[in-house]
Amino acid sequence: MRQVAIYGKGGIGKSTTTQNLTAGLAEMGKKVMVVGCDPKADSTRLLLGGLAQKTVLDTLREEGEDIELENIMKVGYGGTKCVESGGPEPGVGCAGRGIITSIGMLESLGAYEAELDYVFYDVLGDVVCGGFAMPIREGKAQEIYIVASGELMALYAANNISKGIQKYAKTGGTRLGGIICNSRKVDGERELLEAFAKELGSQLVYFVPRDNLVQRAEINKKTVIDYAPGEGQADEYRGLAGAIDGNDMFVIPKPMVQDRLEELMMEFGMLEL
Amino acid sequence: MERNQIVEKVLEKYPARVYKNRKAHMLVKENTGENQKIQANTRTVPGIITNRGCCYAGCKGVVLGPLKDMVHIVHGPIGCAYYTWGTRRNKAKQVGDEKNFLNYCFSTDMQESDIVFGGEKKLKQAIQEAVEIFNPQAISISATCPVGLIGDDINAVAAEAEKLYGIKVMAFNCEGYKGVSQSAGHHIANNALMKHVIGMGQVQPAQYAVNILGEYNIGGDGWEISRVLEKIGYHIVTIMTGDGSYETLKNAHKADLNLVQCHRSINYIAEMIEEKYGTPWLKVNFLGLSSTIETLRDMAKYFDDPALTRRTEEVIAEEMVELEGVMRYYKEKLEGRTAFLFVGGSRAHHYQVLLKDLGVETVMAGYEFAHRDDYEGREVIPDIKVDADSKNIEELKVEKDEKNYRVHLSPEKYEQLKKEIPLSYYGGMIKEMRDNSILVDDLNHHETEAFVKILKPDMFFSGIKDKYVIQKMGVYSKQLHSYDYSGPYAAFKGALNFAKDLDMGVYTPGWKYVTAPWKTEPMLEGMLIGGEN
Repeated sequence: MRQVAIYGKGGIGKSTTTQNLTAGLAEMGKKVMVVGCDPKADSTRLLLGGLAQKTVLDTLREEGEDIELENIMKVGYGGTKCVESGGPEPGVGCAGRGIITSIGMLESLGAYEAELDYVFYDVLGDVVCGGFAMPIREGKAQEIYIVASGELMALYAANNISKGIQKYAKTGGTRLGGIICNSRKVDGERELLEAFAKELGSQLVYFVPRDNLVQRAEINKKTVIDYAPGEGQADEYRGLAGAIDGNDMFVIPKPMVQDRLEELMMEFGMLEL
Repeated sequence: MERNQIVEKVLEKYPARVYKNRKAHMLVKENTGENQKIQANTRTVPGIITNRGCCYAGCKGVVLGPLKDMVHIVHGPIGCAYYTWGTRRNKAKQVGDEKNFLNYCFSTDMQESDIVFGGEKKLKQAIQEAVEIFNPQAISISATCPVGLIGDDINAVAAEAEKLYGIKVMAFNCEGYKGVSQSAGHHIANNALMKHVIGMGQVQPAQYAVNILGEYNIGGDGWEISRVLEKIGYHIVTIMTGDGSYETLKNAHKADLNLVQCHRSINYIAEMIEEKYGTPWLKVNFLGLSSTIETLRDMAKYFDDPALTRRTEEVIAEEMVELEGVMRYYKEKLEGRTAFLFVGGSRAHHYQVLLKDLGVETVMAGYEFAHRDDYEGREVIPDIKVDADSKNIEELKVEKDEKNYRVHLSPEKYEQLKKEIPLSYYGGMIKEMRDNSILVDDLNHHETEAFVKILKPDMFFSGIKDKYVIQKMGVYSKQLHSYDYSGPYAAFKGALNFAKDLDMGVYTPGWKYVTAPWKTEPMLEGMLIGGEN
């Protein structure tokens, strides 16, 4: 079983990418579980065809100790098992603690014991506190992919996340599998990301082009592979799934200093400005 | 060994940085006429086993907890409430139609899902239940560590509840991790009581009205002090806070004089009342016969009324007649012995007088959480460096209350009295200690053991965290936080109780006769195997 965590700047398209990617893996016949680690609980919407999911933490709060795996795990597109950790309303409580609690609960309920090929953790935004690092602590997710684009803030976040990975690589054995580019169609984007990934000591694992079809599929509460299996964008996600499935490059990233990051931007992205 | 060498010997185990840090917290009293500086109220070195408590313990456990007619809700997991519930033996009794909730322990008992989803709902529920079941005039809400981490807005909850139920509801942001010791919590509690309670009442007190500040009625100390003061003719408006109440605290500004027993935990209120309402404060000490007598005479000087002065002397004489013979008996039995004192932010000073009355010399003394002024005197306050930890605690500014401000003494009389009695002044512990005695701030377990082994005191007064370590070293060990189920020790009758307890303890040196089995024979049996060839 490969446990994979997907990180990246808020709004970069982590959830969309993760669900399209897992749909691709499911199509290949892989058994996949997706664990949403975002209090908004919208990490499995496309796989389930809507926000029907009752979160682990809501269930825990309402049912108390008496909680069964079936209550919190729903089966979505292609047999993917979907779980949402959930969390508090914005501005109250502690979402980080929520993730720790819910992953602990999943473990004790035996969610990981089924014959799974992949477990994906879709984690919100930056690793702002210990709770959001939970999926990469204690040897849970062994490989991490960072979703980024050619925009400075996306790379800045990716570099920061690499710092977190570096920390936990020493204790938990987690490794960076590569950067996934979710294209924003900025200048020299592919080259910039390739150079960025190389500087980290990693690789650009796949370049997902921008396509309005993704939007349309989202409005219809579906992944692209589910909504328009014959279109080119569906093949792109199949390509991403294949790249992840065949990936064997796992490294401890070497995050760069801010100046070097900005230098890279100048070199590739901004030259023509 | 010279005392300075002893200190060096205790310090020698430390690595260089710790050595430097801890050395600044120790001194040997010298008679040079110059002020000796001691480091205090700074962070404990990580890894050192300190006896200090937390901010919450100082706020809820010490200052707020004893106010008997309030419901004190602890917002947090259950342990924080439980371990500050009655453990200090701050006694209280119900008089007339007063309310007394001290037998109850109120907690929101936060669970994991309250941490994740926020605990405000549960807190509101707890307040509602407290109001419906107990109908108190006032409620306090004390924050524990997790509440600060998840950011529950207890101030908003308190404000809402105050409107909803029409009673006083106060929130205290006294999360345990704030500050360097429980001292931060005292300050936080002082600020809120000054802001929300003192000055709200309008009850006019009788003649010779005083407040007792920093007296927590441990083992009934406050009752013995009150007995003596009332016998002389004083009227006690309120006690902060042992057997004290919200209802009487509201009238604290009406008193003619504030008596400050524990300077560290309550000097903020004493100072603020003087500034806002004009009431001077007097540093008192009701522990020890000589100090009690001195305090009573200081008070008489302040009120400067021949009848009161005469009555003071009569009461002193009456009390002493009963005590003198029996105290002499105990003094004969205890004379010449030595003691260590490590307690509080005032007690390590106060008890030296009581011990001296019994012929016992204090060879080492230190405070857990005091500041430099408690050691060196208030004159050093302008020189105390305000560090980031202190800045984290609000410094409340009060202004003169034109309507309620009263002038109790003419400026000339005030200055005159300041020369004779500790009026709005505390001289600290060092000045009153004998030359060559050792002072240690924030003493830890290593230092405790090392000093005991070298100086071999006959008795050691401290708290629960080190009590049994000391006791098992064969030294009589007594808790001065809770009095070990005994007391009162204050004023006249208390002094006798203390003498009796000391006598019992010193003459029952059970642990001295016990040798641990591992000291005489090996606890493990084994044999070497292999390597026969």
